This record gives sequence, structure tokens and C-alpha cells, in this order.
Amino acid sequence: MSGDLSEYSKIDNIMKNHSLEESALISILHEIENLYNYLPDWALRHISEKLNISMIQVYGVASFYDAFHLKPRGKHLIRVCKGTACYLRGATQVFEALERELGIKEGETTRDQKFSLQSVHCLGACALAPVVLIGERYFDKTSPTKIRSVLKKV
Amino acid sequence: MKIRTPQELDALRNSLLKQRDPNKPIVRICLGTGCRARGSIDVLKAFNDEIEKHNLKIQIECMQTGCHGFCERGPVVVIGPKEFFYQKVMPQDVAEIVSKTLLNGEVVHRLLYVDPVTGQRAVYEHEVPFYKKQTKPVLANNGRIDPTNILDYIAIGGYQALAKAITTMSCEEIIDTIEKSGLRGLGGGGFPTGRKWRLCRKALGDVKFVIGNGDEGDPGAFSDRSLMEANPHSILEGMIIGAYAIDANQGYLYLRAEYPLALKQLQTAIDQAREYGFLGKNIFNSGFDFGIKINRGGGAFVCGESSALIASIEGKMGEPRAKYIHTVERGLWNKPTNLNNVKTWANVPLIINNGADWYAKIGTAKSKGTGIFSLVGKVNNTGLIEIPMGTPLKQIIYSIGGGIIGSKRFKAVQTGGPSGGCIPEELLHLPVDFEKLTEAGSMLGSGGIIVMDENTCMVDVARYFLDFLQNESCGKCVPCREGIKRMLEIITDITLGKGKEEDLELLQELAETVKDFSLCGLGQTAPNTVLSTLRYFRDEYDAHVRDKKCTAGICKNLIEYFILDGKCTGCGACLNLCPQKAIQGEPKKTHIIDSAKCTRCGICRSACTFEAIMIKSGVD
Repeated sequence: MSGDLSEYSKIDNIMKNHSLEESALISILHEIENLYNYLPDWALRHISEKLNISMIQVYGVASFYDAFHLKPRGKHLIRVCKGTACYLRGATQVFEALERELGIKEGETTRDQKFSLQSVHCLGACALAPVVLIGERYFDKTSPTKIRSVLKKV
Repeated sequence: MKIRTPQELDALRNSLLKQRDPNKPIVRICLGTGCRARGSIDVLKAFNDEIEKHNLKIQIECMQTGCHGFCERGPVVVIGPKEFFYQKVMPQDVAEIVSKTLLNGEVVHRLLYVDPVTGQRAVYEHEVPFYKKQTKPVLANNGRIDPTNILDYIAIGGYQALAKAITTMSCEEIIDTIEKSGLRGLGGGGFPTGRKWRLCRKALGDVKFVIGNGDEGDPGAFSDRSLMEANPHSILEGMIIGAYAIDANQGYLYLRAEYPLALKQLQTAIDQAREYGFLGKNIFNSGFDFGIKINRGGGAFVCGESSALIASIEGKMGEPRAKYIHTVERGLWNKPTNLNNVKTWANVPLIINNGADWYAKIGTAKSKGTGIFSLVGKVNNTGLIEIPMGTPLKQIIYSIGGGIIGSKRFKAVQTGGPSGGCIPEELLHLPVDFEKLTEAGSMLGSGGIIVMDENTCMVDVARYFLDFLQNESCGKCVPCREGIKRMLEIITDITLGKGKEEDLELLQELAETVKDFSLCGLGQTAPNTVLSTLRYFRDEYDAHVRDKKCTAGICKNLIEYFILDGKCTGCGACLNLCPQKAIQGEPKKTHIIDSAKCTRCGICRSACTFEAIMIKSGVD
């Protein structure tokens, strides 16, 4: 898949705000990830050319950090906190309930492209443990039984 | 408006204090991540609407602040000038607060904190036991200023330390003061800050850098985040002073990717500091130029390691390098670089303002000042705390934390995140201090104090941290990459009931090898949870290996769910929800779980309101 011209110009616009140096790579990737919810292959090739750094290095960085994704993700990103506080208060059971309910595993997206499921290590809202973040919305003190009603609210 | 002299700063501060009537009713609403997640933005909106509706803008001030610390009771609202402390405030409470408290000075009793032990209501923040036992020089202003308004920071004395340092102290004097204070790296390393600055100042090179590390990657720690969100200028002020002393002209703040609010607050703070001349060219007419750029991390735990963090700022994969090349000599782009945690930087203005002796008086012989921690896990009062170094763990958990949830038995406390270890009950008298915690097999680390109760399986906790570290190991060196993976395999087998006696010996040996031979701090500290649990909770390992028993009731392969005869009312809640259809029973009669079908998902237990579903392990 490759982006059409207007998509390329979106990437160029992002790059206008950065110096065309290696050190800008991670910031640029963050902005592309924000735009598409993942990093399209053609965009990575494009910035490799523009920044004059090898595709191996761009791909290395894009795959090294958890914040970046190389496959398209669903409309609603479900992040289940598995930080220590949430883990101790039953985050695993909550995660498994979500897997069952959505029929997908960690890192996968539902066939209708509606939900992606991901676990994260600490959202820093330990008082709300176990906490689930869907998009920008927090659901506190969740449990396996609450999952269905949580999904309905989205 | 640029501030160029200490006199101009004083004049601005005085005019601000004159404008601000200390007796004017003021609402301070916590918009830290914890309270925000519980709906404090709606509470803020309700206050603004109510004030607008009754045309009270002149009489009442409404301020959004950062984290007040008591996340367990959010959204938290403090009402000045009398400083009434309201907890769990909802938008529907707002009209009453405005009419009673703000306009008539009366207390709304139902919103006060009630001590669960004594039943006493606390009217003021300092009466709440959670706050009473804390000493908060660094966090004191979190709840008193709007982090997006530099004038609030200036009004409470902000940037006075910078003015003092630049206009009255030499670089050497600043470094001497920091060294004498005994300040140590609060990111976990504990390296003396003054000494690090001196090494960096002495390092050869005309271009130098300072870095603020806000890449808080420990699961269960949010102290850096709260500080960055609530009082960003305190961090900037510390960095500017440090850069001046070291003679660096460019600074970087490296922030965790998952902290969008901290990023926003710090960027706003940087823009405002530049507008007022605290950043930029010729700061306080000294000829000193300094700027700060923000770099977002990518969510890699290994970037807590200074050389990996530096590689990340350079736009590379966050791989560390060997320690014999010191970052103070060859750091960012191979230039001398001084890296400190954001909490360390925030202590600097306090030390410059109050003097080295003031700081050195707080804490223990070798660990000075205060520590900022997130107190989390199976403890009643989850939240952000600041305590003098040397405070015993027991006091933190019981006096500040209010003890264990649901009067369960305490089992262990974990400090230092994945790099730390688990400390058992018999060592709860230990003070929070760099050396003492390291001796006990844990470490002070970067700010999480995680409390575990009798329902926590220590073997599973060790497995949890190994699983985390295995994912986060960058893969550069073999001991860490392979060693952690092998340890995880062994311990996973143990939790599955497939462990053998000789596994424990192998685990111990492997742990020591990884500790001794890994390249960076991640690998060197990775085995701590395994080693500390083997040391203090050997009986649990033995029970898993020999008796195939998990007494905490966590390891799925070793447990069974069953229904208590006397307690089950036959309501059918569990039966309807069981995804495996493993529960049978007639209405109003005790139900039965078919253990062969049961996958131990736990849904039945979380659905049962009669506490009738129990877990057993082994034959008894």
C-alpha cells in the first residue's frame, strides 16, 4: 500500500516543523503515529529518504519503541493497565475478559476495525486500579463482570 | 515582559501579592491524572458555570491545580482562605459548596474526610492522617498554584533561587552548596548530585548539555509525572541553575510517551519562562544563554538508563553502552552531559533558597532531604506522598497509607520497581534510605512503594517482573537478553506446577550471573525480585515446587474454585456469567462448580455478592 500525493504532503507538513536531522526521527514518528494511529510503510520510506537515514535505522527505531505500531489499529484503542498496582488488583482477569468478549488477543484488532486491545505498564492512575483506558476515557476499578457494560459505553 | 534583575523580579512579585487578596474565597480543584480520571474536569466546569450563573466572578476565584496527592479520595477540592478539604466531590455538590462554603464560610460536612479508624471528620487538609505524617518541601506547592500560570509560581517565590544563584553566587559556590546539601540522584541511582555537576563542569569541551529525565517507566510509579504536571517551573528553575553552574547552554527534557499532560504543562512552562527571560539570551543580564527542548520517549523502560536515554534523544534505538564511558565526559553527541531526574532538579531551587544546611538537616546520615513516592497496591490510601528520608516503611504503610485494604494480612512491600525487591514483614522497621534498602536486597528506586497482602503470590510477582523485564530488555548483551528469558521460563514452570527441586538452585545461580555480567542497570538489577523473594519467601517457592500449592490462590494451575455451602443463596449470578458453563445448580439451592470445565477466569468470584466462591489449593 502506498499513500497518494496528498498523504505525502501531510508527512511533509509534519517534517516542516522539525530539523531534517536524525535526532528529529522519534518526534516525527510520534506525529505520524498520531495522524494514522500507526506508522504506514510508505511513510517510513518517505522519511528515510527525506532525513537521509537508512530504512534499516528508521525501521529499527519504529520497532524498538512500544509507542509505535506497524499495523493499522482499530477506531477505539483499549489499553488495559498491567502496572504493578493494577496487576495486584486483578488486571489479568480483566484483560482476559476483554479478550474473550472481543475475540482478539493482545495487540490485535477486531475484524470490524472497531477495537484494538493492548496492555500497558502503568497509566499512573493506581488509585483507580484496575484501570482501563478506552480512547481518552478512564474506567476505574474494573472487574471481569463490568467489561460488557464498559464496552457498551464506548 | 523580560525580567532582567532581581529587583524587577521582586517588584513583579510584590505587585502580584498586592493584587491578590489573601481573604478572597478561592476554589482549588485537583486536575492531576488521578482526579481527572475520576471526573474533576466536570467539577471544574460545574464551578465555572455556577460562578457565572450567579455573577460571582469578582467575589470568587477558581483555580485548577496539579496533584494534591490523595488520589484515593479524588476528585479533591480545597476551599480557601480557610483551606477546607473536600473529597470525592461531584458536579452535583458544587452548588452547595458555592452557596454555603464560598459565600457564607460554612462547612459542607458530608464532603469531609472521615477517619475510618476514629470516625473523626477532618475539616482541613493537615487534619487528614494521610497528610499529617508527611513533610512536603517539594510537593508543597502542587495544590497551591496553577501549573499553566507562571505568575502563580512567581507569587510564591518562584525564580528567586535562580536570581540569587546567577547574580550573587559563582558557579563553584553553587556546586559547593549542592554538594554540601547531600542531594543525591532521586531517579534511583543515588549518585551525589553536586559531585556529578562538578565532574561535568570540569570535563573538557566547549559545548555541554543538561538533561532532565522524566521518562518514568516503572510500573506503579507516578511521582515524576505528578511533579511535572503540577509544578513544571520548579524543574525548569533547577535545570537553569544547574546549567549555569556547569556552563551548559542547551537542556533537554526527556518525557515518557504516555504522559501527554506533563508534556503540555512543561511546554507551556518553557514558553512562559522564555517570555519572562528566565530562558533565552542573557539571563539576568549575566551573559548566560540557555534553552530547553522537550523530547518524547517511545515507551522503553531501558531508556531510564542514562546512555540509552541519550541515544534516544539522538534519534536512535535506546540501547545503553558500557559504563566506563562516563556521560559527564562523553554524553549527548559525545559532549559532556549532566543528567538528573526531574525530582532531583526540583530540589535545587529549594536548596539555593534555604541553604545547604537546611536540606542536610532533613533525612538520615547518608540520605538527605525528602523522598517522593507513589504509595500503591493493597493499601487503603493510594496516593502521592513526600516524606523525610529515613521514615520507616511501617509508618508509611500504616500511618500514611492507612494499612491494608479489607484488614487482610500484610505480606510484602516492593520498592524500586522492576529493579527493586520485595521486603517482608520482619523488615518493616527499615527506614527508607538508599543504603538500607539496598542492603535488604531492594533499592530506593524511582518512586513506587507497592504494598502486597496475603492474596499476593510472591512467585507470581517475581514472574510478573521478569515478564516485564524480558519485554523491556533491549537485547544488546547476552546475560540480560538470554538470562532473563531463561529465568522467566523456569519461574513460569514453577507457577504452572511443573517446577522441580533443582530449579530453585539453577534460578539462584542464573540470577546471580545476570546481576554480575549484564551491561547496564536494567540487567544488573533485573534479578532483584527473584533473589529477594527466594531469600524471604522461600517457603512459597517450596510449596509451589514440592506440594504444587499456591497458598495465595493466584497460580491458575494450582488452584480450584468452589462454592461454600452455607453462603451460596442460589441467586444464579455466577451461573449466568460463567463463560465455560462450568457452574450448575437450581435456583435458591447451593450451586456447584465443575472443576474440569472451569478455566479459573474469576468471573464468578467477582460476580458473587455473598462471598460464597472460594479458592483452594492442594488437598486440604
